[in-house]
Amino acid sequence: MKAWLNRAGMVAGFALILGWCLLPVAWIVSMSFKSQEAVTNGSPGFFPSEGGGAGWQNYIDVLQDDQFARAILNSIGISLIATILSVTFATFTAYAVARLEFKGKKFVLTTALVIAMFPVVSLVGPLFDMWRTLGIYDTWLGLIIPYMSFTLPLAIWTLSAFFREIPWEMEQAAQVDGATAWQAFRRVIVPLAAPGVFTAAILTFFFAWNDFVFGISLTSTESARPIPAALSFFVGADPFNRPASLLAAGAVVATVPIVVLVLVFQRKIVAGLTAGAVKG
Amino acid sequence: MATIEMKNIVKKYGDGFPAVNDVSIDVADGEFMILVGPSGCGKSTLLRMIVGLEDITSGDMLIDGERVNDLAPRDRNLSMVFQNYALYPHLTVYENIAFPLRLAKRSNKEIDEKVREASRTLDLDEHLERKPGQLSGGQRQRVAMGRAIVRDAKAFLFDEPLSNLDAKLRGQMRTEISRLQKRLGITTVYVTHDQTEAMTLGDRVAVMKRGELQQLASPRELYEQPANLFVAGFIGSPPMNFLPATVEGGEITLPFGTFPLPADKADRTAGKGLLMAGIRPEYFEDAAVQADVDESRTFTAHIDVREWLGDQQYAYVPYDAEPRVQDQLRQLAREADSDSLRTQLVVSLDSASQISEDDEARLVIDTDKIHLFDPASGENLTVGL
Repeated sequence: MKAWLNRAGMVAGFALILGWCLLPVAWIVSMSFKSQEAVTNGSPGFFPSEGGGAGWQNYIDVLQDDQFARAILNSIGISLIATILSVTFATFTAYAVARLEFKGKKFVLTTALVIAMFPVVSLVGPLFDMWRTLGIYDTWLGLIIPYMSFTLPLAIWTLSAFFREIPWEMEQAAQVDGATAWQAFRRVIVPLAAPGVFTAAILTFFFAWNDFVFGISLTSTESARPIPAALSFFVGADPFNRPASLLAAGAVVATVPIVVLVLVFQRKIVAGLTAGAVKG
Repeated sequence: MATIEMKNIVKKYGDGFPAVNDVSIDVADGEFMILVGPSGCGKSTLLRMIVGLEDITSGDMLIDGERVNDLAPRDRNLSMVFQNYALYPHLTVYENIAFPLRLAKRSNKEIDEKVREASRTLDLDEHLERKPGQLSGGQRQRVAMGRAIVRDAKAFLFDEPLSNLDAKLRGQMRTEISRLQKRLGITTVYVTHDQTEAMTLGDRVAVMKRGELQQLASPRELYEQPANLFVAGFIGSPPMNFLPATVEGGEITLPFGTFPLPADKADRTAGKGLLMAGIRPEYFEDAAVQADVDESRTFTAHIDVREWLGDQQYAYVPYDAEPRVQDQLRQLAREADSDSLRTQLVVSLDSASQISEDDEARLVIDTDKIHLFDPASGENLTVGL
């Protein structure tokens, strides 16, 4: 009886948390399937009311919109490049921080932390001026640089914590087993470091993908404007009557890549992959 | 199959501290050599210099007569079992064992044959497809050994391989390692701080202290003819008793009495002032359980604590020593990684002995076997007697 109660309580708890977290998402999904008229007239039900459903029309409209397609391309491109650069640099730094003793190690880590704590908004003004002077305002590069610098600290901290957990004795074991330094790195260290790198990469990608502040203030045209910013410019035919259902469809489309990414890499981010390498 | 010769090996770290100081050891082909000593004595460093993970500051390391000081680990063709096993967690047991062979670019067929053979030897057949994380400590240990034996390495090196196992498993694996080494007949260097492992496994044992070789001898010789105070105190459990002693006129005076000493021992030590007498617990016996007791070798002692172990029992007899002797005893205990809280005598008694705690007992001492050490240099004055 007690076990049953425990179980029931757990299920109820899970349902509560899931409902709390997923309600906004569910609501947006529901809205994206309603027609514009139904939304304007007030359509209180979760499922579209009789005759108020739009089917996939909103999605078709969103995807056929040139601005939106361009924004998706911008977002994917900028986020990917920023992620790759950030994770590459962070990997080098974290490797050094975890493995080597050098002067200024603490300084590097502290500086990284300070950057991470810096309020992003306060930099928007200076960056706006600088980028215009340098001529990289409203370009991919203009967004990649701030994304990179703001995700680097996080990536460095994540990775150096992760690298510290790798038993480096395995590198020596590999060398005794007949591996060159490169083979030991390639065949033993890389596979072990991969989950950490993927974790850092996903966190970085999230930051870049979800950013709104830089996206809206450092761009002026669709040549570099990412999705979050583009959604806010998505006005449709009547500027006084924002197309809520279209926006909802756009938001869903913007969320899908992230969800797919997490699902794909979920298996790579297996915590405790190193379990069993060494005793303890 | 190979010989390993270490000639005047020195390892100095950046601060100039010699972790290994002028150590010369020859390991014969097929020999099981043990490096033993308290923590920080340089035994692991020495092993890592043999395998090439640690640079040699000066001296020569010869494997099969060839100088290997400057060879990378992979060119020395030695295999090593690490203290924490260092298994590759992302590979299955099969691939872990196959790893050295894959690096050597052997054919798949040959790899399969050798891995299966190693796994059969180590009883790992049913675990081949599992990952190290799913194995118990003893199984991981066997996988690490499998990786070592799978290729035809010139020698095996073990770095405290059993220290992470529980006591029961340790005993089993010890026998297993011994059997395996005998069967494969391969040169082995084995580092441990555990003297039971050292005594049971080794053909010869090298005892080290603070980077210096103290004695290199067979286990029996170490036990019966320790070269100095350190070796005497380190080898044996419970450890040898050290007592202040003076020798005069063929008699030895210990804190609890004066006893006759064999002439050869007395000759070498007479008139040398205060000496350190080393007496193993089993050199004592309860006079009540012994036939024809030599009365001149008996004394009465107050038994403080008695430990009955079934096959034998230990009794503890506290005694007072002068401060100078106490200091030295404490120093000795520190060097051997143990604590001696009080000056007491550990006495091993026959299990039939009826001595009870907090009681006076009559004990016999076998003075023929006493070792006498020079307290200043620590040297054993009665070696060979």
